[in-house]
Amino acid sequence: MSAHHFEPIAPRPMPGRQTGAIAWLRTNLFSSWGNTLVTLVLLLVAGSALLSTLDWALLKAVFGSQLEACNNARGVGACWGVITEKGRFIVMGRYPDTEHWRPVIATGLMLGVVAMSCMPRFWSGVLVPLWAGMLVVYFILMKGGVLGLTEVPTDQWGGLPLTVMLTVIGMTLAFPLSIFVALGRRSTMPAIRTICTLYVELIRGVPLITVLFMASFMLPLFMPEGVKIDVLIRVVVGITLFAAAYMAEVVRGGLQALPKGQTEAAATLGLSYWQTQRKIVLPQALATVVPSLMNTFIGMFKDTSLVTIVSLYELTGALSLALNSDADWRPFKLEAYLFITLIYFVFCFAMSRYSLWVEERTAVSKTR
Amino acid sequence: MIEARPAPTRKSRSVSWRSREGRSLIYQVLAIGSVIALIALLVRNTLANMKARGIQSGYDFLNQPFGFDVSETLIPYDMMSSYWTAFAIGMTNTLRVAVIGIVLATLLGTLIGVGRFSNNFILRKVCYAYVEFFRNVPIYLQLLIWYLVFTEMLPSFEEAWQQGHFFLSKNGVSFPWPVWELGHTLAVLGLLLGLAAGWGYARRARRHFELTGEPKPAVRVVLALMVVGAVAGWAMGGAPSQWSLPVKGDFQVEGGAALTPEFLALLLGLVFYTAAFIAEVVRSGIASVSLGQHEAAASLGLSKRQAMRLVVLPQALRVIIPPLTSQYLNLTKNSSLAVAIGYPELVSIANTTLNQTGRAIEALSIVMLVYLTLSLLTSALMNWFNASAAIQER
Repeated sequence: MSAHHFEPIAPRPMPGRQTGAIAWLRTNLFSSWGNTLVTLVLLLVAGSALLSTLDWALLKAVFGSQLEACNNARGVGACWGVITEKGRFIVMGRYPDTEHWRPVIATGLMLGVVAMSCMPRFWSGVLVPLWAGMLVVYFILMKGGVLGLTEVPTDQWGGLPLTVMLTVIGMTLAFPLSIFVALGRRSTMPAIRTICTLYVELIRGVPLITVLFMASFMLPLFMPEGVKIDVLIRVVVGITLFAAAYMAEVVRGGLQALPKGQTEAAATLGLSYWQTQRKIVLPQALATVVPSLMNTFIGMFKDTSLVTIVSLYELTGALSLALNSDADWRPFKLEAYLFITLIYFVFCFAMSRYSLWVEERTAVSKTR
Repeated sequence: MIEARPAPTRKSRSVSWRSREGRSLIYQVLAIGSVIALIALLVRNTLANMKARGIQSGYDFLNQPFGFDVSETLIPYDMMSSYWTAFAIGMTNTLRVAVIGIVLATLLGTLIGVGRFSNNFILRKVCYAYVEFFRNVPIYLQLLIWYLVFTEMLPSFEEAWQQGHFFLSKNGVSFPWPVWELGHTLAVLGLLLGLAAGWGYARRARRHFELTGEPKPAVRVVLALMVVGAVAGWAMGGAPSQWSLPVKGDFQVEGGAALTPEFLALLLGLVFYTAAFIAEVVRSGIASVSLGQHEAAASLGLSKRQAMRLVVLPQALRVIIPPLTSQYLNLTKNSSLAVAIGYPELVSIANTTLNQTGRAIEALSIVMLVYLTLSLLTSALMNWFNASAAIQER
């Protein structure tokens, strides 16, 4: 019987590097043959696309508003001169040239208040007078006619200020409405529930453009004889009714997520229906849906571009207005489109980052 | 000993502000009353206004000739065709772009959403950049840009890009298309029959797997059945094999099938925009399946593909389907923006009608009715699909 021969297993090789640049490259770019192939193909495609874009957008581009140079560079380089030339009109619309400081200040003020409302530390009653004051100053500045400001009729408002205004005013008006509709959809009274459900489903079932068409063609017919409503107000009404239906669904989601124990506890304390909603239910429900509300806000900001179709010249409309009538600069529409694409992107991206931040913040507060 | 409680008296049914039921009844009557009053007021004002402005009302105009050229149509149309026909064309055009758009956007969106989980760093970032870029720019602006590219950036017809029998120019895309005969119709029918048979087979295969644990091939068999059905139908119809090839004529590319720049711009705009949202839906759906599920599948000895197919995807689907439905509806509704680039879908036709006849209420009511029906149908279909994907609880 041979003695048991002990033979240890050969030691494993030292594990590869887990940290550092090489290890990162290996796990993220070259982990397998397939992966390496993808990396190389993407590098090639993305690299060449990036290079030709750079070439077109920067190296061979014309930046001054020289029409001659732009026409020569056509097809080879971008003509950013169109923005030097028309940028101001695109951003400001038909608002009188000499008064441009007014929409700038007014919109700055509006955005400032919106930004403040986004910060949790200001989430209190302070916001109400702040908003009221802002709106008064905003409309005095924009409309004029008092305090020595020349009057600017609403059909001359346009460009980015109009885009911002339609979004902010539309959403601000839609928000309270949406809360009532959401509460109504969860009401125990069948008639109220049916009315709210019908409203939400009707609006969500049709495209925004039909709502805008309605606001522009049918609202005048709805009014008593002799009453004429400004097209801007009609569009704001349309946008508000549209946004409220979508927001109501978001708010309803928040209401549903709230455990039943909360309302039951409130009832035990003897709170009335409205006290319960105001003090117990809504603060919790609304806090959880801030990110989704933000998404509706982003959607609305983008959707305001449709009001061009009912001839209000916000950012997209002002662009068409600026270029369609000018045969010299019209060939460079693509550059102008890219310019407003950038504006929209910056606004929407910033808002979506904010929404992510709020989401993380609530996630932290929930895990404790 | 406590005295016995008196028998509960019958609740008084009187409508009183004191009782909860009474209040709720009063509220509801008030609500319905004010809605009815509002509607009555609007109708009264509208009728008065229409009378004052001499606007005619009624749907009788639908039988009159539309009198406008419609650039693309799936049903026969001439200048004398009625408004009815025009609206029907608008609806089929909406459906055409919506159905093709939904299929393509789902494919692209799923690829990009899954790409966010790739182990390749660059691919992950490219997918991320795609999503962030396309969903943060208004669809309306994107459509305008696509339309600009198709109508101004592409070469004119004389210098059309040609690749084999494919042409691309400002006039759109032309490509070969079979000369349609009975055989093709039969082939499509055969394909559908094959699909139906495959569906039945897949159900049986699944039941077999659940009973015995023996996997049976499903996708391959379904595909084979569909191919067999299509080929059989084609052969029964006399195996037609004639193709119509596009040829460059004097003024346009003739023959074959063509897609107009309006259709292409609308389709691409909708697909690229919606795909960004679908990618996010797919990503969050997959991310919602907890890591423990992956680990449990791995510890049962399932391969990565099996784990994905049998464990992760069925759970992810439940999260994915409801938001996916609303993306499909959004795509359909966004197709109405074609009014800006002149693709003759429902809203464009309604817009022309409105300008022609001045009957805003009638034209808009038709559009809204069609969209509401489409929305309800899509929701119903997806609800049914969702119910079949839901957790089977005992």
